[in-house]
Amino acid sequence: MLGLEKKDFRLLLIVIGLTMLAPFLLNPFPEGSEMAQFNAGYPDLMQRFVIFGIFAIGFNILFGLTGYLSFGHAAFLGAGSYGAVWMFKLLSMNVLPAIAISVVIAGLFSLLIGYISLRRSGIYFSILTLAFAQMSFALAYSVLTPITGGETGLQLALDDPRIFGVSQTATGNIPVPALFGLEMRSSFEWEVGAWLFTFNTGYYLAALFMILAFYMSIRIFRSPFGMMLRAIKSNQTRMSYTGLNAKPYTLAAFVISGMYAGLAGGLMASMDPLAGAERMQWTASGEVVLMTILGGAGTLIGPVLGAGMIKYFENIFSKINETILHGWFAFLPDGLENFVVAMIYPFIGKGWHLTLGIVFMLVVIFLPGGLVQGGQKIAALFKRSKPEDAKPNATEPAE
Amino acid sequence: MGLLEVKGINKRFGGLQALGDVNLSVAEGSLHAIIGPNGAGKSTLLNVLVGKLIPDSGSVSFDGQSVLGRKPHEINQMGISRVFQTPEIFSDLSVFENVMIPCFAKRDGAFRMHAIESIFAEKGIQAQADAILDDVNMLEKKDMLASSLSRGDKRRLEMAMCLVQDPKLLLLDEPTAGMARADTENTINLLKDIREKRGITMAIIEHDMNVVFSLAERITVLAQGTPLVEDTPDNIKGHPKVREAYLGEAQV
Amino acid sequence: MDQFILQILNGLDKGSAYALIALGLTLIFGTLGVVNFAHGALFMLGAFVAVTVSNILTLSHKVVDETRTDFLGNPLQVDVPYLYDWFGQTAGDAIIDWAVPISIIIAIPIMVAIGFIMERGLIKHFYKRPHADQILVTFGLAIVIQEIVKYFYGANPIPTPAPEAFVGSFDFGVAFGFDPNAIIYPYWRLVYFFFSIFIIGAVFAFLQFTTFGMVVRAGMADRETVGILGIDIDKRFTIMFGIAAAVAGLAGVMYAPINSPNYHMGMDFLVLSFVVVVVGGMGSLPGAVAAGFLLGILESFASMSAVIDILPGINQIIIYLVAIIILLTRPRGLMGRKGVMEE
Repeated sequence: MLGLEKKDFRLLLIVIGLTMLAPFLLNPFPEGSEMAQFNAGYPDLMQRFVIFGIFAIGFNILFGLTGYLSFGHAAFLGAGSYGAVWMFKLLSMNVLPAIAISVVIAGLFSLLIGYISLRRSGIYFSILTLAFAQMSFALAYSVLTPITGGETGLQLALDDPRIFGVSQTATGNIPVPALFGLEMRSSFEWEVGAWLFTFNTGYYLAALFMILAFYMSIRIFRSPFGMMLRAIKSNQTRMSYTGLNAKPYTLAAFVISGMYAGLAGGLMASMDPLAGAERMQWTASGEVVLMTILGGAGTLIGPVLGAGMIKYFENIFSKINETILHGWFAFLPDGLENFVVAMIYPFIGKGWHLTLGIVFMLVVIFLPGGLVQGGQKIAALFKRSKPEDAKPNATEPAE
Repeated sequence: MGLLEVKGINKRFGGLQALGDVNLSVAEGSLHAIIGPNGAGKSTLLNVLVGKLIPDSGSVSFDGQSVLGRKPHEINQMGISRVFQTPEIFSDLSVFENVMIPCFAKRDGAFRMHAIESIFAEKGIQAQADAILDDVNMLEKKDMLASSLSRGDKRRLEMAMCLVQDPKLLLLDEPTAGMARADTENTINLLKDIREKRGITMAIIEHDMNVVFSLAERITVLAQGTPLVEDTPDNIKGHPKVREAYLGEAQV
Repeated sequence: MDQFILQILNGLDKGSAYALIALGLTLIFGTLGVVNFAHGALFMLGAFVAVTVSNILTLSHKVVDETRTDFLGNPLQVDVPYLYDWFGQTAGDAIIDWAVPISIIIAIPIMVAIGFIMERGLIKHFYKRPHADQILVTFGLAIVIQEIVKYFYGANPIPTPAPEAFVGSFDFGVAFGFDPNAIIYPYWRLVYFFFSIFIIGAVFAFLQFTTFGMVVRAGMADRETVGILGIDIDKRFTIMFGIAAAVAGLAGVMYAPINSPNYHMGMDFLVLSFVVVVVGGMGSLPGAVAAGFLLGILESFASMSAVIDILPGINQIIIYLVAIIILLTRPRGLMGRKGVMEE
């Protein structure tokens, strides 16, 4: 189906199902209930889930398949954002040209940086990408202010010379990004009993792009090209003595992942038409590294899960405060309650970064395949209880 | 005119003359062994042949074309495959994928952006890969991860990866180094088998006299970076110069 | 001319910090072959040792001061540091004032211990794993350390003053016969510079003149041979990790008065220190020191208004630019050994 093996097609269907039904799945708690604050089904966060999913899927093509650890991928996301905002300012408020240009700009930018950085491998490659990204950030922050808006970031203004469309709406406001009149911020709200589900245009557009990005990544994983990338990760010596030139393959992987980052940046700007230099900072690049590895580098679905998890933690988990904890453990005797809360509190709520860091370290140490591998191991444990485990060493393609 | 012609190669590392005026000619269809004691310059010579080292002077031509200054992947595309001392395989890939990759390299050249096509649709390549795995008796292991193979099987796999490209010249760098006796025997048989079935020209660099004398048709003895003699195995066996070079090295 | 000297001086204190952190980084890379992304966190921990020490020294109890009253007319409660009770007010004040220098003594054992724990507990298990894994796990560790510090000390910078005696500036202008006030330079930065020179000298002397150092240097050059000689090089490398941690920590302690410590100061310095190491040559100790000062001074020259007028923004990117050019033209760095990760 669609040029995919049965197993991959099933995975694609699952991803489509999950993203399409996300407004329901992420809002399991009724409105107004105490648990409602853990609902993640609001447009802003759902958009972030899929946009960072795209970013991580792209990063995985470089790191997961090819084994090149870039610490500068946020620069491409930032460049894509700037490109998109400029399209809004100069051309039209339609999101399609903005997204297209963001992919193109990020592609060209990554071609340039990749061409230079890939002359080195290993840690030197990592440091080169880091240096380039920090340089881009510093430039965007200072000298390039006419293009990037500097410290304040690039924003739309009331006097933007838009070729197609108006500079101001009839009411004197800045027009909003839209897809042929369908505004990105518009939502349809559906009340079912105590539940409220929000269907946001921007989210569904971004989700469509993520499904497309995910589909493309499956195709790449299962293509001869993808196999070559894994071969590069595995053994570059054998690669060249087999008559293959690793350089164009790695560069292609770098540019593809750069374009994914650009797409994410373009979508980000389409949801909220502004772009700031901090999107290019190396800590932002570090975040996508965390997402990809946490979920499972080199697996198909891992990066998406990782991105979802980190964004969920950042936005929802971080809301848990001491009062809520005391509420949860109120059933315990007072002294014990205070003790338990004191033990847990550093790790959740505002301390979620600490948990993230610890989980990330554990994954790097014990689970190189990330949470996906962890899931597979648990699944294998359950399977083993059945008698039929007579297929030793069968290498399953990474899922 | 041999398939591989090495003329007047010199290579110095600092003050050390690693190769001094090396001449060598590997005739098409022959199995040529290069032997010599440790430090004789065998590995340096091999690295020159595959483009990893550039000699200070001299020429290396393969099939009428100069090899010097070309990158390893270009030299492979000319038709030279190499087997390493410790097998170089794609450990994280399955056995089947390991042999598919050289098939792609042979068909599509050093780089092709086939990012959308599916591997599963490449029936021709799959058939080739299956055939070569069958040839080396590894078909039932095709789904195993290459890193989980035994040492002997890794060698076999590497050989298969080279053979599937149907090279004009196969270079072998001490293919039995560090192997147990049984594995060495297996490798010798494998090489004999390949010779019989395919008649591929081979140049083998070897330390182990057993292997050399049971396989080679011509032998070049290298000592201190210079070829001492070149002759048939029978003549080499009794050669006084060779005895001298190998004194204390091995019983000849 | 005075501008010239001023810029060199300005570059020295940042350069000193770069050099000290880079020295530890390259020491760890050269001995253990590990790329330590948590090294910046050690620098930050050092600064927070200074913060902690000054917090402890100012631990107080409430005393009712009968002579003063608050606005309601009640007797005023004032905080009195325990040190006043023990040593009297003058001596107590002096001790509190010298919190940062005192921290140095306390920081050494703490940082060495942290280094040992880090190496034995975590890094040891990553010697054989790819560099990417080393980067990732130490990156994770850096996040964890950062967050722990943030939990205890909050996210805001904590001012940690230098001793009273070093507040103020030294007028180089007068000393060198220029106009007064042409070149003024804070005393503490001068102290920082000399301190770092001292530490660097001590590390080099240790490596150069002790048998221990000799073995470590031999191990850096050729680990296997040293192993064959029957010397337990691993134990020595663990100790070197402790020393590298202490060097980074001391750099942090002394830096606290220059920049108020915050939990992410380590990350900020780490990126630049990596660049410094690469420019100096991975695994080269003199290279790291030279590159540290060189880049510090270069950065300060690039921030001169005369330069910025011609090349706007150059001060922001000069270090990265130099690093990129070096990496591409001379991958082993200024003083790196040939063949060290050239590919």
